[in-house]
Amino acid sequence: MPGKSMNWRSGALLLPGLAFLAILFAWPVARLVATSFSDSAGAFIHYQRVFLDPIYVRVIGRTLLLSTQVAVLCLLLGYPLAYQLNRSGPLGKAVILLCVLIPFWTNLLVRSYGWIVLLNPQGIINGLLREIGLIDGAIPLVHNTTGVLIGMTQIMLPYMVLPLAAVMSRLDPTLPSAARSLGASPLAAFVRVYLPLTMPGVLAGLLLVFMLSLGFFVVPALLGGPRDILLAQLIEFNINSTLNWPFAAALSTVLLVATITLYWIGDRFFDLGRLWGTR
Amino acid sequence: MPGAAVQITGLNKRYGDFVAVDDVSLSIEPGEFVTLLGLSGSGKTTTLMAVAGLTEPDSGAISIDGRDILSLPPEKRGLGVVFQNYALFPHLDVFDNIAFPLRMRKWADADIRKAVERVLQVVSLEQFSDRRISALSGGQQQRVALARALVFEPPVLLMDEPLGALDRSLRDQLQTEIKRIQREFGVTVIYVTHDQEEALALSDRIAVMANGKICQLGSPDEIYERPNTGFVAGFVGDSNRIAVSMGNPEDQFRRVSAPAAPELELLALDRTEGNSGQAVLMVRPEAIEMSGERPDTDVNLLEARVELREFLGASIRFTLDTRLGPIHVRKGRSGPAAGFKPGNDIWISWSPSEGALFPPAS
Repeated sequence: MPGKSMNWRSGALLLPGLAFLAILFAWPVARLVATSFSDSAGAFIHYQRVFLDPIYVRVIGRTLLLSTQVAVLCLLLGYPLAYQLNRSGPLGKAVILLCVLIPFWTNLLVRSYGWIVLLNPQGIINGLLREIGLIDGAIPLVHNTTGVLIGMTQIMLPYMVLPLAAVMSRLDPTLPSAARSLGASPLAAFVRVYLPLTMPGVLAGLLLVFMLSLGFFVVPALLGGPRDILLAQLIEFNINSTLNWPFAAALSTVLLVATITLYWIGDRFFDLGRLWGTR
Repeated sequence: MPGAAVQITGLNKRYGDFVAVDDVSLSIEPGEFVTLLGLSGSGKTTTLMAVAGLTEPDSGAISIDGRDILSLPPEKRGLGVVFQNYALFPHLDVFDNIAFPLRMRKWADADIRKAVERVLQVVSLEQFSDRRISALSGGQQQRVALARALVFEPPVLLMDEPLGALDRSLRDQLQTEIKRIQREFGVTVIYVTHDQEEALALSDRIAVMANGKICQLGSPDEIYERPNTGFVAGFVGDSNRIAVSMGNPEDQFRRVSAPAAPELELLALDRTEGNSGQAVLMVRPEAIEMSGERPDTDVNLLEARVELREFLGASIRFTLDTRLGPIHVRKGRSGPAAGFKPGNDIWISWSPSEGALFPPAS
């Protein structure tokens, strides 16, 4: 375990990083939190707005719902992918990993505009559907929640596949065989043995994707509709358009606290620290 | 349920160019304990897994009590399998691990409780019912795996190196226990191991396997005393190997000569199946007599000097320097030979029926 046998020499190696974090991260975050409480009308005035004004409650609710949907979609797509990844030979592994990671490494803007090209009413997908006569007009696939879901699921997929694959690779491959030899059908062997044993990966993936989705800005801004904005867009709006920084700071603090709480829950109750490499 | 007969006929399995199982046929009696003994890659585990239904053979037939099972998936074969690493379910406790096959068979809860408690008693783990698997020792995990494979009273129990991960004293203890439990259940056992001592101790019959084939099938006594190839003789038990040239038959024996000492008069059983020319003479270390005086014989007699004396507990192992090269002799701790010390000049001899000739390549 790193950190336990640390002496002052190796401690000194941490100083540049710590200084960097303290000056450019910890201090601004502290200032941000302080800003959110500094108002002549009362320290909690902005938080009252966040949690009592139906408009903002709806934005928070929408953000939570969308993050949940992205997490679930990633699980449905990612579980079979991770399973196959774990079973494949070296070539198959490389192909699957590349398919999952190349979009992940691609510039966010490029990828988002790429989705617009594919999904817009005159785009490739709608054009194809019209061509084969499945539809007459166009299915609205972008500049709405559908577009955001598609774009975010794609970028979040690695955060689901990698922890799942890590758990699956550590699983004793004879366990499903043992279950079969003891009378379990393939489905029963999956439900009673494989799924429960890969649950830590499922929970890690769900939490990770959910947490990261809460604060997403670029994809919802480009692929989402003008009416159903999310928390990060609301923060941006308050900073750049209405210049209400204390309120933006309150929103940011809510997001920060939610993320830290989720991280703590995952670390404390689901032993996810091991999967994320912090333990 | 009493044990079932198992019939394996013409079993073949290839992995690419590698022939894992090469035309293996084996007929096992109800209630018999048969061991597949061989090195890794000899095809023993592949054969076992084909019976379990976890490896699909390329060709051949497997039947249990005359019923073909090859087309059945593993869960429909109803055989007990004990895996090398036990393959216990880490998310279930001891009780739920053992109850697993009964739950899959949709037994009533009361019957499950009764059956699990009974089998826990058989493996002496009554107090461990609600332990987590990770809280058990290796030997205890082994017993849970055995209990889980037996609780639904399968007609056949398949065991893949079940003691491989345990230390020596625990293995001896569990060997005895496996044998006792097998008698109690009357189950037919197919047991896979690379440990010849384990195979000799446990089995009614041993099938020695190499390169995907069964090289010899017989009782432990037969395998040890009358190995049919040099490989079997070398693999099961220790042997002295001496390179010789074949001479003429003499009674039921054959006269041979060692190039290193051509004047020695050597007689041995011929198991070369008509080979002539070169052969390997094999003699078990415990078959060689040691004496201070020259014995009253001319056959298989030579002078030796004691080089090493290793005390092994129940026996003593001598390494002797002779004109045929180093020769190992194993003698009881309390016998007359036990007193020889390094540097002693002695005579060694063995009966012609204790030496066997094999083709040099085998």
